[in-house]
Amino acid sequence: MQRIGVFVCHCGTNIAATVDVKKVAETLLQEPGVVYATDYQYMCSEAGQNMIKDAIKAQNLTGVVICSCSPRMHEATFRKAVAAVGMNPYMLEVANIREQCSWIHKNIEEATEKAIILGRAAVAKVHLNAPLIAGQTPVTKRALVIGGGIAGIQCALDIADAGYQVDIVEKEPTVGGKMTKIDKTFPTLDCSSCILTPKMVDVAQNENIKIYSYSEVESVKGFVGNFTVGIKRKARYVKEDICTGCGLCTEKCPQKKVPNDYNLGLDTKRAIYIPFAQAVPKVATIDADYCTMLKTGKCGVCSKICTAGAIDYTQQDEHLEEQYGAIVVATGYNPIKLDAFDEFAYSQSPDVVTSLEFERLMSASGPNGGHLVRPSDHKEPKTIVFVQCVGSRSTVECGKPYCSKICCMYTCKHAMLCREKYPDTEVYVFYIDVRTPGKNYDEFYRRAVEEYDVHYIKGMVGKVCPEGDKLKVQASDLLTNEQLHIDADMVVLAAAIEADKSARPLATLLTASMDTNDFFTEAHAKLRPVESPTAGVFLAGCAQGPKDIPETVTQAGACASKVIGLLAKDHLVGNPCVAHSDEMMCNGCSTCANVCPYGAITYETKDFSRRKDGTLMRRVASVNPAVCQGCGCCTVACPSGAMDLYGFSTKQIMSEVDAICK
Amino acid sequence: MQVEEKEFKPTIVAFCCNWCSYAGADLSGTNRLQYPANVKIIRIPCSCRLNPMFILRAFQRGADGVILCGCHPGDCHYTTGNYYARRRMTLLFSMLDFLGIEKERTRVEWVSAAEGQKFAETMNDFVATVTKLGENHRLEDLRCKKQ
Amino acid sequence: MQEAMIARAKELLADGSVSRVMGWKKGEFSYDISPAVFENADQLVDFVYDDFCGANVSKYLINESKKEGKILAFLKPCDSYSFAQLLKEHRIDREKVYVIGIPSYGKADINKIRAKGIDGVLGIKSEGTDFIVDTIYGEEKIAKFEAMSERCLTCKSKKHVDVDEMMGEEGEWNAESKRFDKVAELEAMTPDERFEFWRGELSRCIRCNACRNVCPACTCVSCVFDNPNSDINNKAAASSFEENMFHIIRAFHVAGRCTDCGECSRVCPQNIPLHLLNRKFIKDINELYGQYQAGANADEKYPMVNFTFDDCEPGIVYKRGGNQ
Repeated sequence: MQRIGVFVCHCGTNIAATVDVKKVAETLLQEPGVVYATDYQYMCSEAGQNMIKDAIKAQNLTGVVICSCSPRMHEATFRKAVAAVGMNPYMLEVANIREQCSWIHKNIEEATEKAIILGRAAVAKVHLNAPLIAGQTPVTKRALVIGGGIAGIQCALDIADAGYQVDIVEKEPTVGGKMTKIDKTFPTLDCSSCILTPKMVDVAQNENIKIYSYSEVESVKGFVGNFTVGIKRKARYVKEDICTGCGLCTEKCPQKKVPNDYNLGLDTKRAIYIPFAQAVPKVATIDADYCTMLKTGKCGVCSKICTAGAIDYTQQDEHLEEQYGAIVVATGYNPIKLDAFDEFAYSQSPDVVTSLEFERLMSASGPNGGHLVRPSDHKEPKTIVFVQCVGSRSTVECGKPYCSKICCMYTCKHAMLCREKYPDTEVYVFYIDVRTPGKNYDEFYRRAVEEYDVHYIKGMVGKVCPEGDKLKVQASDLLTNEQLHIDADMVVLAAAIEADKSARPLATLLTASMDTNDFFTEAHAKLRPVESPTAGVFLAGCAQGPKDIPETVTQAGACASKVIGLLAKDHLVGNPCVAHSDEMMCNGCSTCANVCPYGAITYETKDFSRRKDGTLMRRVASVNPAVCQGCGCCTVACPSGAMDLYGFSTKQIMSEVDAICK
Repeated sequence: MQVEEKEFKPTIVAFCCNWCSYAGADLSGTNRLQYPANVKIIRIPCSCRLNPMFILRAFQRGADGVILCGCHPGDCHYTTGNYYARRRMTLLFSMLDFLGIEKERTRVEWVSAAEGQKFAETMNDFVATVTKLGENHRLEDLRCKKQ
Repeated sequence: MQEAMIARAKELLADGSVSRVMGWKKGEFSYDISPAVFENADQLVDFVYDDFCGANVSKYLINESKKEGKILAFLKPCDSYSFAQLLKEHRIDREKVYVIGIPSYGKADINKIRAKGIDGVLGIKSEGTDFIVDTIYGEEKIAKFEAMSERCLTCKSKKHVDVDEMMGEEGEWNAESKRFDKVAELEAMTPDERFEFWRGELSRCIRCNACRNVCPACTCVSCVFDNPNSDINNKAAASSFEENMFHIIRAFHVAGRCTDCGECSRVCPQNIPLHLLNRKFIKDINELYGQYQAGANADEKYPMVNFTFDDCEPGIVYKRGGNQ
């Protein structure tokens, strides 16, 4: 039997004016287990707190009920007070008789009766309270950044700068991501490589940063502060530590017909390649799908030519496990496939390109050295039509319901650059809306229209038909309500962007939630925008939703500060009000794990034999208290009632119900 | 809205999630918005902690109405709790209705921490509805009858 | 069919692919059939499969699959759904069970046969649209639709899920099944009428727990009604409330997992149509969250552990179904 003390607060007159506090204390003293009850003007004051402390000592109290303001206000204060005299802080309950009683009722009799009932419910609950101790877990002071684009690079640099170790896992042979493929950046028109490559070099040279390029995350175990991550280092058939990046092999390789993904397949590369001149790490990689040596065993040119002896045709995928305290997801985006949008003739004519392909065509490091020519006949285009919102803001199934956010601005940039470099080119842009929120964005757009005479037409392109060496563009101008027919030389499609395909399986590994568009969900849309609901997992860049470079860099920095905040701690103190499973009653049916938003529940098969004649193996659930956040969803999902929640147990809530309905 | 002063004062149990609705109820107190004293609030961490057993237990012990308040869908502190609560309560209420128990005795309302006004209005309305229905006889345990 | 099944069972026992057989055997009377495990070929002499073999054997496989060696199980279509659902809940070790699917064209209900004045039943066989009932007074013919159990008359599927081998013809999913008609009929009543209906039914409950014990979805190691920490543990329903409580919670706990095999109503000694509670949930789930058949798909999350952002609000209950 508990020895419970009840302390009724007047809160000046806030409570005492409508609730007969003396009567509340007297009545509650009659409750079973209540050995002491008193009232005082301000329980939260130092004198009030001392009163509680003294009573605990004098009366040997095992539990305390405070009838006062909302527990959201002072529960922490009172818990600290009782803990100071050695009582477990979770042996205290607060009955809310201010916000939920005295302030909303005028009739003293009614309010007093209600205050007594609320106090009684709290007493009933305290009877079933048990001391709870918050667990502590150590923090591994190293972060993992998944994805080495600008988001991952910025985040890793910021974390490393604070003195913590960071590993970057990048699935491509080089870090840099999409930004390496972009020619110029809006709204300043500075060269993308020129601002990115120094950062790539910084990453390579930073002592705190380790790059696992051409690698993938294949397993994630553990929880915040203590993740164990399995990393697959794909075989590149070149010894990374020996290759000097001289590039001789990439010139001599006889297999020349490999589509060059750096240029989005607009030209070809060799079967052994370095993606581009500034690649980090600058190491060659063999494309196993095309290498004659790996396919037939006959060739070996690169191995002969490599003076360093870096080529190793027998290399295998390598699997390693590393420990991390925090994980940043920066898996980025891709333009959608345009197969389902064939009204724009993307698959029919090489002169219909996506905007990202257009970046390569414009870029000095692109297939034509930056001289804009049509892919089909290498002639300079004289009329270019840009089509916006291809697949974005779409209601059809193959499209995306959201705005891809970056297309308005890059299309504007493309149009402007075309007009600047090739002033005799006619440039048309078809748009639904032009969205330019951002510093200097609208000014940029106006310059395109006013200074560069780009023809902006509100309306959608209905059809593109290749005819001879022209692309017949049919469109409607919604403002003049006219049908337009344009003979274009090139058509550029602003394809919607979508989350990278690797994101969905990664989310499953991380038990991080995603929205229906495969973008990672943030813990709170406004107040916790860079954290995933899964503790210890953070979000940067387009993995969380479409965004441009400045926004990505901002978010990556914010993400880094959250990671640093976590890694700076030696220990994480948990919330003791977590779920726990009674394994004698657990069926191992996985219902609880199915509803757990945090992946806190795991299963193991245990031996439950009670007799000598054989074993009884059963699959039972166990909750990781460091991961569980205590929502209690599993406790209701569990049919046998094996799952219960500390601090809000089934019995405790039932006893409150009983006390109220009595 | 003021509830008519009649003989019958229903017992109402309101389960409120800690993060939104309990705070919403606090706010309605802070703003001194009145609602009848027969509403008693039980704090639970999340609307998904509400076991149908709690609702049945309340009715057994003589409650006349039970209401669950949680964060608005999409705003759950635990991301997804209220989505599960929504399905559970929909099916449970439908089952109670199927058994001939007055469906107006149970309700779910999403109340954010900022919606003190909505909380008070909801409670006033719910109390009025249940008062009109009268005492719960169909789902009570006669042995728990108030003396 | 029975002979072919025994022959196949003997083959599998002989070549060592299985070490036990799950089937049915007669009790005191020919219609009094219970699931049974046969440990060797000799015991198969008692193996029986006829139109009284309605019992769902899937639940027994939970414990059987924990034992040494593999067991052969003959599963009717509805048993196979329960079996698949149990697999989904990790209750059965699939590796330990060899499943042979057997067709079921509708099982007889002894109560309906008796109600037709046929007594002294010795056996049953099927002939076209009739059952031929062998009795101590000679053979009696009875039309199947008059003697079949309700769950078979409204059969949802003659198709199996997840079998290793089929004996006999594989059937089809029956989209035309009228299994929700009775639920709809109740929904159309006034709440008062429904309340009277269910009080009339549930007040007969003696809390023998037969429904719970037979149910292949009620497989908890320890039931919540036996769990002292649940605060609702009780052995017998002492008041009308507890009758309601038990059946509401039981139906709720199997919601989304119940395959609608109808065993609960078959075994109820008080003939309470308990399956209607489960069907109400199935009907609601189908209507509110999309068609769902428990056990049909191993990868699909079941409705109670799933949601969509635009699920209906609980308030929909005030608007739909039922007269005021």
